[in-house]
Amino acid sequence: MLDESNSNAKGMSIIATKGTLDWAYPPFILATSAAALDMEVTMFFTFYGLNLLRKDLDLKVSSLGNPGMKMPMMGMHMAMPNIISTIPGVDRGATTMMKNLIKKKGVASIEDLREAAVESDVRMIACQMTLDLFEIKKEDLIDGVELGGAVTAIEVACKSDVNYYM
Amino acid sequence: MAEHVLDAKGLNCPLPILKAKKSLKAMATGDTLKIESTDPGSVADFAAFARQTGNELLSSESEGDIYKFEIKKA
Repeated sequence: MLDESNSNAKGMSIIATKGTLDWAYPPFILATSAAALDMEVTMFFTFYGLNLLRKDLDLKVSSLGNPGMKMPMMGMHMAMPNIISTIPGVDRGATTMMKNLIKKKGVASIEDLREAAVESDVRMIACQMTLDLFEIKKEDLIDGVELGGAVTAIEVACKSDVNYYM
Repeated sequence: MAEHVLDAKGLNCPLPILKAKKSLKAMATGDTLKIESTDPGSVADFAAFARQTGNELLSSESEGDIYKFEIKKA
């Protein structure tokens, strides 16, 4: 049974490693929600997670190797066979479909959630090593992003009460 | 004590909470916020929000597909 008393943890850290439209949601939803609870939130973006910090967000979903992803088709929810996913244009179609669903269901866009995170002073750190590795410039990222390495992430984690890796 | 209203109908998690937080921020202590939502998940979330922030959840009820909450700012 959870302790339901007002035991407000004070810090949360999230390591975001994925750069697709669907996987962009968990880190930003948890970061903005924790900030709404007055927690001090730090997000550390590494590898493909760096895509979530780009000024121009161009996130896509892929059904390739993702059997859990079922899209509404022909009146039901169907998984896309991998062989179909390899056809050019299919991921683009799936992305459009996902964006339409997001709108229809009243789910926030990643742009909006990220803006909410910035507005609520969520600290955002980009992994310096992956920036170098993928040749991403700091100017490609939104303003206010700090740069840091593994030790920066670990230090934040040590000071936080809740730590997530996504 | 002023009474504020927030229409969060049609919005999904975590937007009702984010919008409520924003409204509460602009309110004075003791003011109340009435929220209407269509997100079934907001029932558990507003209860947890109140516990975690110390704001008081005065009421939580549903009327058809509408969930109604009243929060008093601490």
